[in-house]
This record gives sequence, C-alpha cells and structure tokens, in this order.
Amino acid sequence: MQSQMKESEPILEVENLSASTDNLPILKGVSLTVYPGEIHAIMGRNGCGKSTLSKIIAGHPSYKITNGDIKFLGENINSLDPEERAQSGIFLGFQYPIEIPGVSNLEFLRVSTNARRKFLNKEELDTFDFEELVKEKLEIVKMDHAFLSRSVNQGFSGGEKKRNEILQMALLEPKIAILDETDSGLDIDALRIVASGIKKISNAQTGIILITHYQRLLDEIEPNYVHVMSDGQIIKTGESDLALELEKKGYEWTDNFIKEI
Amino acid sequence: MVNENLVKDVVKEPYKYGFVTDIETEKIAKGLNEDIIRLISQKKEEPQYLLDFRLKAFKKWQKMKEPDWAGLGYKQIDYQDIVYYSAPKQKEKISSLDEVDPKLLETFDKLGIPLTEQKKLTNVAVDAVFDSVSIATTFREELAEHGVIFCSISEAVKNHSDLIEKYLGTVVPASDNYFAALNSAVFSDGSFVYIPKGVSCPMDLSSYFRINSGDSGQFERTLIIAEESSSVSYLEGCTAPMFDTNTLHAAVVELIALDDASIKYSTVQNWYAGDEEGIGGIFNFVTKRGKCLGKRSKISWSQVETGSAITWKYPSCLLLGEESVGEFYSVALTNNLQQADTGTKMIHIGPKTKSTIVSKGISAGNSINSYRGLVKMGSKAKGSRNYSQCDSMLIGDQASANTFPYIKSQQPNSEIEHEASTCRISEDQLFYLQSRGIEFEEAVSMMVSGFCRDVFNQLPMEFAAEADKLLALKLEGSVG
Repeated sequence: MQSQMKESEPILEVENLSASTDNLPILKGVSLTVYPGEIHAIMGRNGCGKSTLSKIIAGHPSYKITNGDIKFLGENINSLDPEERAQSGIFLGFQYPIEIPGVSNLEFLRVSTNARRKFLNKEELDTFDFEELVKEKLEIVKMDHAFLSRSVNQGFSGGEKKRNEILQMALLEPKIAILDETDSGLDIDALRIVASGIKKISNAQTGIILITHYQRLLDEIEPNYVHVMSDGQIIKTGESDLALELEKKGYEWTDNFIKEI
Repeated sequence: MVNENLVKDVVKEPYKYGFVTDIETEKIAKGLNEDIIRLISQKKEEPQYLLDFRLKAFKKWQKMKEPDWAGLGYKQIDYQDIVYYSAPKQKEKISSLDEVDPKLLETFDKLGIPLTEQKKLTNVAVDAVFDSVSIATTFREELAEHGVIFCSISEAVKNHSDLIEKYLGTVVPASDNYFAALNSAVFSDGSFVYIPKGVSCPMDLSSYFRINSGDSGQFERTLIIAEESSSVSYLEGCTAPMFDTNTLHAAVVELIALDDASIKYSTVQNWYAGDEEGIGGIFNFVTKRGKCLGKRSKISWSQVETGSAITWKYPSCLLLGEESVGEFYSVALTNNLQQADTGTKMIHIGPKTKSTIVSKGISAGNSINSYRGLVKMGSKAKGSRNYSQCDSMLIGDQASANTFPYIKSQQPNSEIEHEASTCRISEDQLFYLQSRGIEFEEAVSMMVSGFCRDVFNQLPMEFAAEADKLLALKLEGSVG
C-alpha cells in the first residue's frame, strides 16, 4: 500500500508506547508510524486515549512515559521539552485552545514563529516583517486582522479558536501536525475553511494526524489510514473506508475486535 | 517532570543584592528613648523645631499601639533591640565625591548605581542613601541651574530650613499611624526635592536606598514639593543584604503639588525577602502620601513591589485642589512566605477631582498578597470620579490573594467604579505556550508581563524594562 511513499524516512515513529498520569495507565502499547505526505486519522470513544497520545507526542508534563519510544525524524524525543519539540517541527492543534489573558495574539504568534525560525536557522522577523507574513497567512483561515490585537484566544468563539490554531500551524510550518478534534464545535462553513486551510498547509513533506469523532472532517480531508483506538490501544487500522464503516456501525462494532499486532 | 527541575534551579537563584559591605560604621547603642532621639538630632546638628517635632512624635508613638488590622503574621518587633542610627565612618566634611569611601562607591557600583563623575548615569540624578545617611547626590549643580533642589533631607534641614519647617509633617502628621510616628521620632536620612514655579525638572530624579547593617532599622524620610506649574518624575529603588534576622524599614514619604503641578513617583522595591522558609527579610512598613493642594495638580504613584518579608504600604492621594488628579498603579509580587498588604487611599475632598487605581497582585509559593484600598468622596467632592481595577494572579495552589476595597461616599454627585478579577497561571497555559516553541521562562514572563501591562506602561522607560526582568527573575520556576 502506497509503497513509493515509504521509500523516504518516517517523520514520526511511535513504538509500543505506554504512558500514565497519576499512576493511572492511559496508553497501553501504541505503535504508529507516519511517513511524509501521509494523513492518518485516529478515531475512538471519548477517554480511549486519543487526546493523551497527542499530548504526549507534544511533551505535556502531566504524563509519564512508562514504556516505549517516540521518534521524530529518527531521533528519540522522549525526554525533550515541549518547546524543543515544537521548535523542531511538531505541532499540536488543541481540542480546547487555551485562553491567555493580557498576552497579545500578534506578539504570541511572532514569538512562537521566531522560535521555530531560529531553529531552522532562518532570520527572526521584526514586528513589521511579521505583520506582512501574518497578513498572508490570515487569508488561509479567512480570519480578520482584528483577531491579532486581542489577547490569545480570549473571548474567541469556538470556531475562532480553531481557526487561530490553524493560523499557528500555517505560521510554524511543522513537519508533523497532530490536530486534536479540530472539527469539533465548527459549523459547516467553518469546517470547510479549516479543512481547506489544513490542505493548503500540508504537502508531500509533511505528515498529519487527525483526531476526530466524525466522518465529516474526513469527507473534506481524505486520510491514507484510519486507526481505531480503544482503552489505550490501537485496535484496528484500515484505509479511509474504515471510517465510513465506523460511522455506519458505531463504536460498538469495534468492541469485538481483537487487537491487531 | 521538566518543570519541577526548573523550579529547583531557579529557586536557587540567589538574591543578587544580598552582599554586605564591610565598612567601619558609627552606630549608636540599641534602644529607643528620649536620649537616643536627642542624640540623633544632635548628630545631625538639627534646629530646635526639628528636635521638638521628633520628641512630640515620640510621645505620641509611646501612646500608640502597633496596628494589627492587616492581619499580617510576624514575630513581635522588639523596638529596644534596634539600632536607630548607623552611618559609615567618613571624613567630617566631604566636599566632593572623590572623598567618599571607595567601598561605598563600589557598593553602589555593584548595585548598578554608579556615582562617580565618569560613570554616573547620564539621564538620572541620584541620591544614594546607605543605612542612615545620604552619601552622595549627583548632578546637583546642573539641577541648581534650573532652581531645582535635590539633596538629602539632612542637608535640606541645614540649607533650606524654611521649606522643611513649612512642609515637614503636613501631609503625614506624626500622629498619623504607629509607624509614621516612629519615623517622625527617629528618621535619619532620605531625599528632599524642590521644584520651583514653572520648572519642569530637566531629568528624572532618583533615590537609591541601601540597608547594609543587620541590626539597624532604616527610617528614611522623603519630601517632594512641586510649586505651581512645575513637574518632576522621581524614582526610588531599594535593596538590602541577606540576613537571617528581620530588619525594620519604616519610611515616610510626603509629596506636595501646588496649582497645575505634577509629581510622578515610581518605586521598584526589592528589599531582601527572606529565604524559602521565611527566615530573614525586611519588614517594610511605609507611609507614603501625596497632597494635591493646588487646582489641577496631579500626583501619580506607580510601584513594583517584589521584595520584603512583609510589605505594609498604601501610597495615597489627598485630592484637595479642584480638578486635581490622583493615580495609583501597582504591581505587587509575593513568593515563598512573603506577605504583602498594599493598596492606596484616594481621598476626594475638592470638586471635580479624579482618581484611578490599577492594582495587580501576583502571588506564588505560599505567599499572601492583599490589596487594601479606600476611596472616599467627601461632601464637597461634587462631580468627582474614581475608577478602580484590582486584579490578582495566582501561581501554584498554595498562594492566596485578597482584595479589600473600602468605599465611602458623602457626595451623591460623584462616581465610583470598581472592578476586580482573579486568575491563575495554569499548567495548561504554560504547556500551550511551550507547545508553540516558547521557552518555559519566557512563557511565564509573557503571561506575567501581560497581566501587568497596564501598570508597566506607567513606569518610566528604564524602570519598565527593569521591572519586567525583575518579575521574570523572581518568578522563574515558581510554577511546577
């Protein structure tokens, strides 16, 4: 299946990953490999560990890796700080983007973009140059310039927050983007804008992991693979038609699967 | 966890100003009585009226009780166990900076306040106070050309006695409160500023207070007078060595603004705060008050309070003149076991007076940070307005923040507006910023700066940058 893609090196390799929070095991041996140009969807019930997986890949300090490895571009990143992971090109689109009162969205975006640019040995942008860049990226998510002068996510509607996430993705140009329920809370129009934004940003060199409950996002962005998670494990992997089947039959259908190794 | 290690690294970050200068000092015996007060007055060669002022204050103080309404917890202060006068030994009369003990100059150099002709700051005139005495004031001649008087209060007593006699104790009377009475009895040095009519002071004036001695209290007294249509911006900085005992600092600051005059008074207070267990640190009990005596006069307080084991401080404005304006912008940060009870009093007496209060309290560690403020509209304060905003930020789950706004109005045609909020720096917020490539320290400091922005905008440029850095340093790693 898509063998020519696999001639290149994988972007992300999650190998037999187990993790816990407060001594409570959440992930119980997850393996997942993403090659350049691939789009993976992860589906599953609430509480199955999807969001945890995304947070652990991004380096959330509340979770402890108890077994297994996360490799990014061939390097083990288990012990890297979240900021180092982000600078090197891992992006997490939050299910619930966080409000940060008092910190201007524009300044936040600039500092963040420059942190990534610094890593890439690109020139850091001053306020004026950054304005130019951000103007261009705002187009992608059809956001109004006025959002930049507000505090980060503060008072944004659900849809505005999600678009702000995609704006960040556009600015950071990550190697891999993990988008955690980016479709939730969006109306049809907003969903289309977000989906087309994601498609514009991604290319043959980037990988994308979509965490979602719904087929409607996958109608817009067709995944190469669909993984079903349950109780901290990936219990089934298939192609895009798996999502359709899941939509039809519900998660109960997956309860009968035995874990595929 | 990553963050916890950072916490440890940073808490270890030593207090930068904690060194002691090894210098021979002239100290009087510990204890407080009439003889001690006479001795202080005599050492300073004061006129009779000032000795009388001190003795009267002392009598009042003896009858007063240490206030406990702020509910601060601290070991009882033994007022007989304090040295009330401590001065580095120097030549009798110093005619130029070259004669100042190099150790003293070195001390201020280390604090970032170079005093010598070659190195002194170019845009700010500095009065440097070491324990009980002022050791140098820069740019005096240049300021004198504009008629501006900037010197230590001891010198002012000698050379401008008429002004001292006229204004001292008129804003903060000796009987005002326990610590003001104590200060009035034993005050040693501090700064004196006089801006003549129509002059806008050509440079910022600044006093730097250094406590060096472990068993001495510092009781400085500052008096600033701005004549009609004059203006001045005054900055104050404070540091002290690390001792495991507590040192008492009880200052009084009085400001007077006449018609159309404006005084901007900014403080960055970084006294030693004690260690993580709350051992040592300065007890900072300060009375600061400004009198807007003239029409359309303006007094603006801005403060960044980060040090001291205990801060008890309410820079206030008496708004007498018609259309006079009072402002209070404050950032108070407490960490570990620090306690801060700070705020302001805006007393509207004249008509159409206006006041603004913006207070930002940040509590981390096990600290307690309270805003306490009074807005009062007197019966003649028709058409007066106040706006207050008090925000608290909690870092970690052991710190506490309180807001105690007191509002009294005797004037129906006046407006008082109060807003308050509390927020917390959460691990999620930090993770969000970090997950965008922003370093942990920068993330904390971005959030704190954002929280304090309204106040930092009010600080003079060089202070604002310093304050930003200071907060970041104090807070690094306090989130785990």
